[in-house]
Amino acid sequence: MELVEAIILSVLAASTPLLIAATGELVTERSGVLNLGVEGMMIVGAACGFAGAWLTGSIFIGALFGIVAGTMMSLIFALMALGLAVNQVATGLALTILGVGLSGLIGAGFVGERITPAVHLFIPGLTDIPLVGRVLFGEDGFVYVSIALVLGVWWFLYRTRAGLILRACGDNHVSAHALGYPVLRIRTFAVMFGGACAGLAGAYLPLAYTPFFIPGMTAGRGWIALALVVFSSWRPGRLVVGAYLFGAVTILQLHAQGWGVGIPSQFMSALPYLATIIVLVLLSRARSGGSTAPAALGTVFVPDR
Amino acid sequence: MLDSTIDSLNSGESPLLRTIGLTKRYGDFLANDSIDIDIRSGEIHALLGENGAGKSTLVKAIYGLIQPSAGEIRWRGERITLSGPSDARRRGIGMVFQHFSLFDNLTVAENVALGLDGKESFKDMSARLERVSKTYGLPLDPRREVWQLSVGERQRIEIVRALMQEPKFLILDEPTAVLTPQEADQLFVVLERLKAEGRAVLYISHKLEEVKRLCDTATILRGGRKVATCNPGLETAASLARMMVGGEIKEVKAASGRKTTVPRLVVNDLSLAPGEAHGVRLEHISFELKGGEILGIAGVAGNGQDELFAALSGERLSKDPGTVVIEGIAAGHLSITQRRKLGAAFVPEERLGHGTAPRMKLSENALLTGHAASGMVHRGFINAAATLDTVDRATETFDVRKAKRDPEAASLSGGNLQKFIVGREILRNPAVLVVNQPTWGVDAGAAAVIRQALLDLAAAGAAVLVTSQDLDELTEIADRIAVMFHGKLSAPLATSEATRERLGLLMGGSSLEPKEAAHAVGA
Amino acid sequence: MQLVLEKRAERSGTIALVSPLIAIGLTILTMVILFAILGKNPLLALHAYFIAPLTDGYSLQEIAVKATPLVMIAIGLSLCYLANAWNIGAEGQFLIGAVAGSWIAVRTQGTDAGAWVLPAMLVLAAAAGALYALIPAICKVKFGASEILTSLMLVYVADLFLDYLVRGPWRDPHGFNFPTTAEFDPVATVPLLIEGGRLHLGSIIALLVVAAAAILLARTIKGFEIRVVGAAPRAARFGGFNANQLVILTFAVSGALAGLAGIIEVAGPVGHLQPGISPGYGFTAIIVAFLGRLNPLGILIAGLFLALTFIGGEQAQIAMKIPLDVTKVFQGILLFYVLACDSLILYRFKLVFPNRQVTRGAG
Repeated sequence: MELVEAIILSVLAASTPLLIAATGELVTERSGVLNLGVEGMMIVGAACGFAGAWLTGSIFIGALFGIVAGTMMSLIFALMALGLAVNQVATGLALTILGVGLSGLIGAGFVGERITPAVHLFIPGLTDIPLVGRVLFGEDGFVYVSIALVLGVWWFLYRTRAGLILRACGDNHVSAHALGYPVLRIRTFAVMFGGACAGLAGAYLPLAYTPFFIPGMTAGRGWIALALVVFSSWRPGRLVVGAYLFGAVTILQLHAQGWGVGIPSQFMSALPYLATIIVLVLLSRARSGGSTAPAALGTVFVPDR
Repeated sequence: MLDSTIDSLNSGESPLLRTIGLTKRYGDFLANDSIDIDIRSGEIHALLGENGAGKSTLVKAIYGLIQPSAGEIRWRGERITLSGPSDARRRGIGMVFQHFSLFDNLTVAENVALGLDGKESFKDMSARLERVSKTYGLPLDPRREVWQLSVGERQRIEIVRALMQEPKFLILDEPTAVLTPQEADQLFVVLERLKAEGRAVLYISHKLEEVKRLCDTATILRGGRKVATCNPGLETAASLARMMVGGEIKEVKAASGRKTTVPRLVVNDLSLAPGEAHGVRLEHISFELKGGEILGIAGVAGNGQDELFAALSGERLSKDPGTVVIEGIAAGHLSITQRRKLGAAFVPEERLGHGTAPRMKLSENALLTGHAASGMVHRGFINAAATLDTVDRATETFDVRKAKRDPEAASLSGGNLQKFIVGREILRNPAVLVVNQPTWGVDAGAAAVIRQALLDLAAAGAAVLVTSQDLDELTEIADRIAVMFHGKLSAPLATSEATRERLGLLMGGSSLEPKEAAHAVGA
Repeated sequence: MQLVLEKRAERSGTIALVSPLIAIGLTILTMVILFAILGKNPLLALHAYFIAPLTDGYSLQEIAVKATPLVMIAIGLSLCYLANAWNIGAEGQFLIGAVAGSWIAVRTQGTDAGAWVLPAMLVLAAAAGALYALIPAICKVKFGASEILTSLMLVYVADLFLDYLVRGPWRDPHGFNFPTTAEFDPVATVPLLIEGGRLHLGSIIALLVVAAAAILLARTIKGFEIRVVGAAPRAARFGGFNANQLVILTFAVSGALAGLAGIIEVAGPVGHLQPGISPGYGFTAIIVAFLGRLNPLGILIAGLFLALTFIGGEQAQIAMKIPLDVTKVFQGILLFYVLACDSLILYRFKLVFPNRQVTRGAG
């Protein structure tokens, strides 16, 4: 019982940064923009988030630092890919490389430092319920924010006019432009939202997941978030499933290593990455009839006048 | 005059919309030359004319998309200046374009919502959408996604979207261009209802039978001017066609040189499903083309010409090799490179991006189609001198004007690039040349050069297939002319027998002869 | 009034030549600001980065050694990118090539194997890299899966595989439990060009690769096909070129070159297989490829330039305690400036005054 609860809690923790980052990227891609710089934005968010918390002693400020950092990084992307019509793939890669370097610079001074990690909710009576108590009522703020975020994005995309217009831009920017909508401006906001989420997701790692900062601590999570968006067919509901599934695979293979299954640990660690490839292949094959990716994803748009 | 007849019929009722001397100039080009048109409530008014006659320009001015250079527009008697389409819509002018602004992966309701201003709640709008669509006999399920819909159903969305803004005047641009006959009939019912409600409809079309059936009044444009206003019901399709294309019958071109006895290009019962959602299905196309002759294919764009080109060039393969036979060899399953090796050459409609790689040099574009058979490639290595030589020869023979010896394709003007593209193919001495829209968007001088080149090529013994929307062009250079309509090809007529009226009728879809053997005798 | 982007009629030749210089200039400017923020003397820092490494024979050799894998991998990547196939997994192909080649070295360790060993290692490494790269290529061509994500995932897999081998079955029994293989025999080592120096045969191979790529792209029909398929896919189809085939070909060649670079690095400067044999060469090569404008000669220059910054970065760290991460930041910023300046080759800026003439192409 205890073990099951512990596993569920660790799965939640492992999945949360993926969920936050992927939700942001989902909005970006839904508007038609492919931002491969998620890893770079996340890792800068991690460094800045830790710096903020260490300097002020407040996790909340740290999270804000992370959000701002991610947003600023995404603005560079928007300037290049939307303002200058630079190839989105190249720009995203450049952002990742820059981000890794920047985070190393910023975080260098903080290696080895510790902070008080994010507090977990505690409601007397509720949190003590076996199995579900801590899962539902004992989590840290980031987890609740991640859920609220996904719900909010779902509501925004499917229940508001603004969300409809955003989806239209991602489907057919020519038609959207013809109908008079400011495609580039909408995409810029979507990119900034993605950056904010990536920054927050990155900040989660040194603020709640582990209470310290190590260079490279995102370990490819940004790339996994990108794969998760594809896995979710660009739908928030499926994104939740995907993120938790992925978190589960990650945690289970860690535990499996401990159970002495006899398979070398590196093979187990490779499972999440191999699983991503297999899922991508299977999903791409299964697509028939209308495609599920936003039709204008990744294409350059220079409005004609 | 017919004009005064109509005026007296409707006297006492001033027109809903009137243009007086409407003129639109683009540089030296006069797209609309002092056009007067009256449109009344409760009437379906046709706007007729060939491609390039000025219909689109006139209508864009009425809808506020462009500003006239001179003249005025009066709406309900009051002179107005439109600041843009939303201003037009506010006054009650709606328009359904030929090219839809739709979103494939969104639902019908979402598509309509995006075209409205969002003041209604989505739920209310959806309900109203369903009501309006049912009322007009264009039922739409708000929840379906657009990619699942047929072209006719997609057009319904555009129409209902326009109708939901309660227009007093609705403009439809070539609405039946992409509809099946049944869908067109459904559309006519809707238009009759609009008319009964007292609205006005401006119906742009080139399809004469339709116009006769449907419209109360017709204004005919030619060369940017209004040439007539009449009651189409009182005219014959023939007389309408004559007004549209001009009454002069061109001199018959003398029969060109010798013809080979064995056909160099044969198409046997070619049927092909459309490659993409909005494509046209080809149906049982058959014809034969001997060396030394030019076969022209007439027809309004969008009736399958692109699909036919793709099938002939090998960009789309046929299951049955025998559907396309080049120089006696079954080629339906062969790639474009293999067909070029057989002696075929192709000039597509789109110069930049299809016929050439826009940002690459002319010599590289010469290599693009010449690599298989022209000595440009030896053991995998490119013979740059040979590619440049082609550029030089094309430049000299076809008078290609350019800024330097080997510029990028995109830097040439339309006419000069087209001369190059046609030239590079002709210089390979093809046995068969398939050309799609040889002089579209090309200045008159370049057009003349290109047409002469095609004539010379045929005189030298090649089989030339020319698809064109320009009837003048076809009557000038082709020995026989066939017409494409909705993916079917009429039996070819000898040019001497292909009178303007007859061609106009075929292009409009009427009297399409049942297919017999494709071996129509040349003149 | 608005500043808008507008497509040029013909790509601007002057900008194409001048843009990398402008980009470098802007980057240096930004770096000066960065150094100032870090509290380091900007002029001294620039000297340490760019001038100092050029003054010493040894560091000149180091630059060549460092540039070798960068250039080799970047050449392969440039072929992919020209064809619009995005190989992001060069790092993984590098590692797999290193592993495959090392297999022969480890198996023939201590035996009296002949001179065939090294060539065999090179060939096997290239083959393994090519096969590893074919995985994402086939996933893209056959299944439509994004090659960016699949090739990247395989990097992590390759990294873990290498880790397993050097900690497990291939670990040097006399190596004091360090995760590394034993030193390779001389016959399994890439020969040096200068006695006592660092320059090795790999640099010659890299130069040959550059030359081969230059000839391929400029003079052969295959190179032409690669360029057209990326630049104008519909025209490529009209020319009879098969896009899928070209994706497979470019990925295979790219993987082979990355794998070859991997084994050369292991069997050359390093001398044995260990984790972390690549300080991110596969990713830095992406920068080199773009910096070199996907042109073989440009890549050679860009590779040498970036190698210079690596060596300079190390020297700056020793001399002025500037963190190594600054090099990464410099490279990222440089890439941004190059991409931004290059955009001006195809587009220009225009001031637009609002007017009521909205022309929309419809009907």
